[in-house]
Amino acid sequence: MLLGPALAISAVLFTLGVAGVLLRRNVIVIFICVELMLNAVNLTFVALSQHLGVGGQVFVFFVMAVAAAEAAVGLAIILAVYRHQRSVDLQNMRLLKG
Amino acid sequence: MSTLTVFWIFGVIAMLGGLLCITRRSPIGSALWLVVTLFALAAMFVLLDAQFLAALQVLVYAGAIMVLFLFVIMLLNLGRPGPSDIRGTMGIGVAIVLAGVLLFQLRVLGTAAPPEAIALPPGTMAALQQREGIIGSVAGPLFDAYLIPFEIASVLLLAAIVGAVVLAKKRL
Amino acid sequence: MTGTAADFVWLAPLLALAGFVLNGALALWRPAAKTAVSVIGVGVLVGAFVVAVLTFRAFAGLETDVPLLFRYWSWMPVGELQLDVALQVDQLSTVMLLVVTGVGSLIHLFSVGYMREDPGYARYFAYLNLFVFFMLVLVLGANFAVLFVGWEGVGLCSYLLIGFWFTETVNADAGRKAFVVNRIGDFGFLLAMLMIFWATGSLDFGAVFGQAPAAFDAGGAAITGITLLLFLGCTGKSAQIPLYTWLPDAMQGPTPVSALIHAATMVTAGVYLVARCGVLFALAPLSSAVVAGTGALTALFAATIALKQWDIKRVLAYSTISQLGYMFLAVGTGGAAMAAGIFHLATHAFFKALLFLGSGSVIFAMHRAYHATHSPEDAQDMRNMGGLRRFMPWTAMLMWIATLAIAGVPFFSGFFSKDEILAAAFARGTVHPQWLVFWAIGLVAALLTAFYMTRLMLYTFHGPNRTGERERQHLAEAPWMMTGPLLVLGVLSAVGGLLNLPALWGGNAWLHHWLEPVTESAVVDAVPPLSHGTEWVLVGIAVAVAVLGVVGAWRLLKPAGLVPAREAPAERGFQRVLRNKWYVDEIYDALIVRPIVWLSREVLWKRVDQRLVDGAGVNGAARAARAWGALGTRLQNGQVGVYVALFVVGVLLVLWRAIG
Repeated sequence: MLLGPALAISAVLFTLGVAGVLLRRNVIVIFICVELMLNAVNLTFVALSQHLGVGGQVFVFFVMAVAAAEAAVGLAIILAVYRHQRSVDLQNMRLLKG
Repeated sequence: MSTLTVFWIFGVIAMLGGLLCITRRSPIGSALWLVVTLFALAAMFVLLDAQFLAALQVLVYAGAIMVLFLFVIMLLNLGRPGPSDIRGTMGIGVAIVLAGVLLFQLRVLGTAAPPEAIALPPGTMAALQQREGIIGSVAGPLFDAYLIPFEIASVLLLAAIVGAVVLAKKRL
Repeated sequence: MTGTAADFVWLAPLLALAGFVLNGALALWRPAAKTAVSVIGVGVLVGAFVVAVLTFRAFAGLETDVPLLFRYWSWMPVGELQLDVALQVDQLSTVMLLVVTGVGSLIHLFSVGYMREDPGYARYFAYLNLFVFFMLVLVLGANFAVLFVGWEGVGLCSYLLIGFWFTETVNADAGRKAFVVNRIGDFGFLLAMLMIFWATGSLDFGAVFGQAPAAFDAGGAAITGITLLLFLGCTGKSAQIPLYTWLPDAMQGPTPVSALIHAATMVTAGVYLVARCGVLFALAPLSSAVVAGTGALTALFAATIALKQWDIKRVLAYSTISQLGYMFLAVGTGGAAMAAGIFHLATHAFFKALLFLGSGSVIFAMHRAYHATHSPEDAQDMRNMGGLRRFMPWTAMLMWIATLAIAGVPFFSGFFSKDEILAAAFARGTVHPQWLVFWAIGLVAALLTAFYMTRLMLYTFHGPNRTGERERQHLAEAPWMMTGPLLVLGVLSAVGGLLNLPALWGGNAWLHHWLEPVTESAVVDAVPPLSHGTEWVLVGIAVAVAVLGVVGAWRLLKPAGLVPAREAPAERGFQRVLRNKWYVDEIYDALIVRPIVWLSREVLWKRVDQRLVDGAGVNGAARAARAWGALGTRLQNGQVGVYVALFVVGVLLVLWRAIG
């Protein structure tokens, strides 16, 4: 069946997302990588829903809703930061230092 | 071509798209390669008996969310390639090591089969869709067992809208 | 519950406790309300005395040999250990109850006059009431734990009252010394309690004494250890060798306190304890001999020191130690002598309280005289007194009664009790020869007692007055509030012997028979009763000794030759050794106190505490936390990338657990 390949592909996609987050400094790209990770998880949900019931698909629905909300708020934050710093580079964001 | 072959073709497209997404210097490139991955994933959803989600994937993700991304990228005038934002050797090393370990762990988890007791017999999903329709099979639980999370999700979206406006507006 | 007045015995301690609470509240908020304090302070004691009398009559009316037990509530139900707050009324506790509340009432009354001018009047009565409460808990407690509460409580009150005028260092030091020395004894008591529980599985008097003959081998190591540890506690509380040194210093407290706590009641707690545990001591002949021997030795030793003291209260303090020695000689002898010990306890409470209160009157008068002329002289030094009988005839007469009683002059109370102790020791000596030695020591001590007491009276009340020309006009008898209690005690000292008039004198030995249910189980071995002839000889010897002491002192000492303290030359030779109390305090200081202080300061403080605890422990922990924190701040560099990487590492670790 398709479960094994689906999980394998999902794992690779998720790892690519994590690698992207670690690799890039551009906040928007990092955000894109997070979307990649979310989609990898979605794939897992859908693949498993074939075996474990339709609840997995419902979850994907929720993930999409959350992703939309997250994208809206996250991008708004990026806009605000850019307006403040004229940059979206992670290295310039060091206000977290106490 | 068997279903498995088709699935793998789309899987390879998705993985290639992901790889290019994280390696393109331009944010626009990254975003567009992600769109490729999303489409490939939509195709795979169809093969996994989730046609409704496939449509949503294209409409909401590839359509709405990615457009939002492109808007912001263009708004910030980041379209033309500038200096690379990829980290140095040290950063790449750390990323590869951590990603390798993660992949290994996910593979170990992924090869562990779901318990037989809760696994549905093959063809159950197809039968369900035959009976209730492709949309109805998802919508049924959504408005029944998952009604409260559904409502909460709507509240979340409302809060996100308000939050986005508050954050992005120059002067309130 | 018996349906008699004895059921209300709990009222006695409760009244005293109520007095403490009320007076304590007054001391905190209305210290000037002296009338209220007096009424409460004396009232609760008189009330307690009434309860004691009613309890005694009710109990006597029951004519039972079985103690009455009153369980009020469960205190510590811990596994095997079932401790109740329970009171016990039996022959011994009723006698103690009467002595404590009776003498206590008189002393409270005396205090009203004596402490009248003191700013801490309310505090004083609060402490005094609290003391009586704990003392009653001590004598009424139905198990070792309740007794121990009273035991510690009276120790606390003793400490508080010795240091009553705590603004002067010497008083505070004396209080501390009493407390610390008592702790040594209490440690023994506590250990003994644990061993008793370990051996018999109970702390209730009834259960312990019932099981003791079965649970212990007579003369075995366990019972000997327990009784010796108990006796260690008694040496602390009752000021016997080797722990007696705190009692003379305790005279720094107000004089009525010395009378109540350090003469009549608290210091007799040890005697009471040995009498209470007579069954245990009977099983351990060695311990009994140690008790009797220590008592006899203490009686002699303290009497020698009393010979050469000038402070009137110190003489009485050493006299108290000496008389307590007699009591221990009695209870150590066991059997019928236990009754003699309790008898001496009662008569001693009468005449020693009288002596202390009388000396209080004297000090009161002296102090007033010196105060009037602003003289810095010592109001307690006998060399500054002399001829006081012309100024305070009542006090002089009453104190003479007490002196004759303590000296053992016939027909005064002390004569009967002391004679009975010596006779019992002699009788035991016919079986165990070492008791003959104790008897001889007791006899010598009796001679010295008569001598030093006559000396005290002679120097205080007779001969020329040495107080000073101007001060002399201010010397006068104390108010009736103070002399009244003296009068009552004087009567009791004179006729107290009737309590236990022996058959030899045609009496019925009432106390002896009354205490039989308690003492009969404490018989060590059968001692053949002395023949009447022997008894008469013993009486004759005792009388001769007493008269010899009194007359000898009268003839040898010349009060006319004394000079006031400030001009007196230092003693020489052996007199100096006695004057300095055989240098026992100095020896203890060098052998025990200084090494402990050195150890505490140089090793425990400077090494263990400063280096180990503070250095490695407290500061070390802080230093480690700081170093660890410095490491942590490196991570908090504000770089989001680093945070993300660490976050991923954390996720990986969690996943590792999931797949592991």
